[in-house]
Amino acid sequence: MQIELRILRFDPERDQKPHEESYKVEASPMDRVLDLLHKVKYEQDGTLTFRRSCAHGVCGSDAMLINGRNRLACKIRVDQLKGKRITVAPLPGLPVTKDLVVDMDSFFAKFRSVQPYLQPGDPDPERERRQAAEDRAKFDDTTKCILCAACTTSCPSFWAQPSYVGPAAIVNAHRFIFDSRDDAAEARLEILADSDGVWRCRTIFNCTDACPRGIHITQAILEVSSKIVEHHA
Amino acid sequence: MIREHEALVVGAGGAGLWAALELAKAGVDSAVLTKLYPTRSHTGAAQGGVCAALGNQEEDHWEWHMFDTIKGGDYLVDQDAAEVLAREAIETVIELEHMGLPFNRTPDGKIDQRKFGGHTRNYGEGPVMRACFAADRTGHMILQTLYQQCVKHGVKFYDEYHVVDLMTEGGELGDGGRCAGVVAYRIADGELVTIKSKAVLLATGGFGRMFRVTSNAWSLTGDGVSLAYRHGVPMQDMEFYQFHPTGIVGIGILLSEAARGEGAYLLDNDGFRFMERYAPKLMELAPRDMVSRAIVQEIRAGRGINGKDYVYLDVRHLGRKKIDEKLPDITDFVRVYQGIEPYTDPIPIQPTAHYAMGGIPTNLNSQVTRDRLNTVVPGLYAAGEAACVSVHGANRLGTNSLVDLLVFGRRSGQQMVKDVRGVGMPEVAADVMEPVRAEIEALRARPKGERKEAIRKELADVMMDDAGVYRDAAGLERARAKVAELRGRYQNVAVDDKGTTFNTDLLEAREVGYLLDCAQTMVAACINRTESRGAHSREDFPQRDDVNFLSHSLATKGADGSVELDYKPVTITKFQPKPRIY
Ligand SMILES: Cc1cc2nc3c(=O)[nH]c(=O)nc-3n(C[C@H](O)[C@H](O)[C@H](O)COP(=O)(O)OP(=O)(O)OC[C@H]3O[C@@H](n4cnc5c(N)ncnc54)[C@H](O)[C@@H]3O)c2cc1C
Ligand code: FES
Repeated sequence: MQIELRILRFDPERDQKPHEESYKVEASPMDRVLDLLHKVKYEQDGTLTFRRSCAHGVCGSDAMLINGRNRLACKIRVDQLKGKRITVAPLPGLPVTKDLVVDMDSFFAKFRSVQPYLQPGDPDPERERRQAAEDRAKFDDTTKCILCAACTTSCPSFWAQPSYVGPAAIVNAHRFIFDSRDDAAEARLEILADSDGVWRCRTIFNCTDACPRGIHITQAILEVSSKIVEHHA
Repeated sequence: MIREHEALVVGAGGAGLWAALELAKAGVDSAVLTKLYPTRSHTGAAQGGVCAALGNQEEDHWEWHMFDTIKGGDYLVDQDAAEVLAREAIETVIELEHMGLPFNRTPDGKIDQRKFGGHTRNYGEGPVMRACFAADRTGHMILQTLYQQCVKHGVKFYDEYHVVDLMTEGGELGDGGRCAGVVAYRIADGELVTIKSKAVLLATGGFGRMFRVTSNAWSLTGDGVSLAYRHGVPMQDMEFYQFHPTGIVGIGILLSEAARGEGAYLLDNDGFRFMERYAPKLMELAPRDMVSRAIVQEIRAGRGINGKDYVYLDVRHLGRKKIDEKLPDITDFVRVYQGIEPYTDPIPIQPTAHYAMGGIPTNLNSQVTRDRLNTVVPGLYAAGEAACVSVHGANRLGTNSLVDLLVFGRRSGQQMVKDVRGVGMPEVAADVMEPVRAEIEALRARPKGERKEAIRKELADVMMDDAGVYRDAAGLERARAKVAELRGRYQNVAVDDKGTTFNTDLLEAREVGYLLDCAQTMVAACINRTESRGAHSREDFPQRDDVNFLSHSLATKGADGSVELDYKPVTITKFQPKPRIY
């Protein structure tokens, strides 16, 4: 079948502002949007620019706004989108470098700001630290994050206040705060109790809907908030 | 402007990140250059596990792991290297746990382990539980954990810098010259940046994108291997390329061997577990080269599903609980990319191009070597899939690549820490980047010409069809002629995008050039090796020939651009070559 792809394009060397361009491509229902973007780039216009690498939803390169929702282009199929027209735009809320490529530096800086690494309180033992399966289960969900930014850039609180640390950083803080081997929860809770921390979350659930890894993000944020309350009580 | 760092790491997969950590912890002024954001590296796609003889589930010994690695590699493995791999697997996996890696756990809280192809107890008696894992996202966890540690230790990153050339001092790297740093293309704005360095590590990963059906990311185009080759460093053992048995039909996305490790079956059109015909002892857990050949044989015999070119992987009998706990991601891939429910339906699979056993030759300390005497190239190191130590020989065992990243990522970093202490910063001419600048400008300026995508596609087709699971003289000659034709056409490649901002059109064209180098040497080495060993399976020479070919191939770039082949002996310490039966 034929699909019309409407892509929001912007090349700072040529354009004053972003503009939409339309491409017609032959597609099958099992094609993914990434396949269609490749068809445009390789058969019609090599200047179309986007990031991609793994092509199966594990590297986090190609999050973009597809039919109004943040998704990975390599993980959403044509038949799931229903209809003959698909719109594609860069992730909202981050500066656009070119076409579908956004500048992710501020996003990664926020990730780094929450001390996203294990800080055990005891010296390393000879063998592995023991951890009960139930304890590991407490943070299993938040280990799945691929830092694609689909969640953070779908969040109205982030759009309104770009200094908000955002869901992705909180997810990665959660991953360590709830790890029984870690001893630095307090420091991270301190960081997230800040005015740009968890309190900006309005439980709108956009992040949870946007996550291509199915992480229960809003729940993770609530768990972190409760921990902060507990900690201050 | 010419920058400098004492040491540079090119590539931010598992190998590069671990090396960078060693450098940072030792206080060496160092940096990582990577064409992808670090967490986008394909190490993150690894699924099944990382082997170490921890013995958490049952008795195990590193000597058994060493033996399995050597036998799995069809005795082309350097046995001193396999010993290092198997011994240091244990301490590096423990160190990863200390860094925070969330392994699955046994009931008593230790690292959980499961079975994997070719890993056996007591020198081949039967499968052993040796693969440490975190569900089926072990690579994701390794990549994340190492990146987290890099954040902790303040590693400097040049994100989205595509290395386009190596700098040298005192001649080419093949004739005694020293590596003096890199030239990198800053993707954001097209600026060429030169960085001098006393030690450069190439950890740029594999080159599976030269095949039509592959588990490899778009970015895996052999950059480091090709750049070193252009400066006179050989490519070693290029004829050994692994096809993984279980890829999603048509698109090649991997369904980990962990599925079979957990008990999944391979079925032919009659619902028969056909591995019984090929490896009655290990069945589905035979090494990959054998299973891939078995699948092709079944298909040729008309026992593919409905006579087509695929067979079934069946996980239904494992039950939902096990599937959800141990194989959540790959079953999700099946739902998304095939529209099939693995709880209730068998999964169509076929072999997919997966892993390069060959690459840049190195010694046990990850120093690059340039000839059959293993003469070291000063200042140049390689680790990970780009390197060939050789621990994988003619066929890598599942999980041993991740072990390779950990063990030799660490060793390369430690060696660089030592080596930068004794030497001065190299000198390079102010116009050192001119040749590569000219190449890039010519590409940008060419108004029209060959389309890179057509070249890449034709390359992928011929390599898949004529240099795949099975090979013979006629097919390989076709491949040689086709690659030569494509190399000719590549001279005239043109791109649409002439800009400087995030020009992926231009960089992809360069990547096709790297792939063509790797394909050219691969085909040459395949033609010359008139035997069958591990993943290199010649239908016209079906026997292994230890008299003539118990040796590593070294492919060097000749003056006229042709490939010159030489051979160096395999290091044998404990295990004399024997027939390989499972
Ligand atoms: C789907 C899949 C599943 C796998 N599962 C397993 C498993 O379960 N167990 C196992 O042992 N092995 C597995 N493997 C194999 C293993 O994952 C890889 O061999 C390994 O991760 C390679 O790591 P690396 O560090 O060498 O390179 P990669 O992780 O591929 O990283 C390459 C790096 O080099 C950079 N780079 C490349 N070119 C340039 C350039 N020109 N300039 C700058 N930077 C550059 C990239 O940005 C990237 O950071 C699997 C492989 C695949 C594809
Ligand atoms: S390309 Fe890797 S997530 Fe889509």
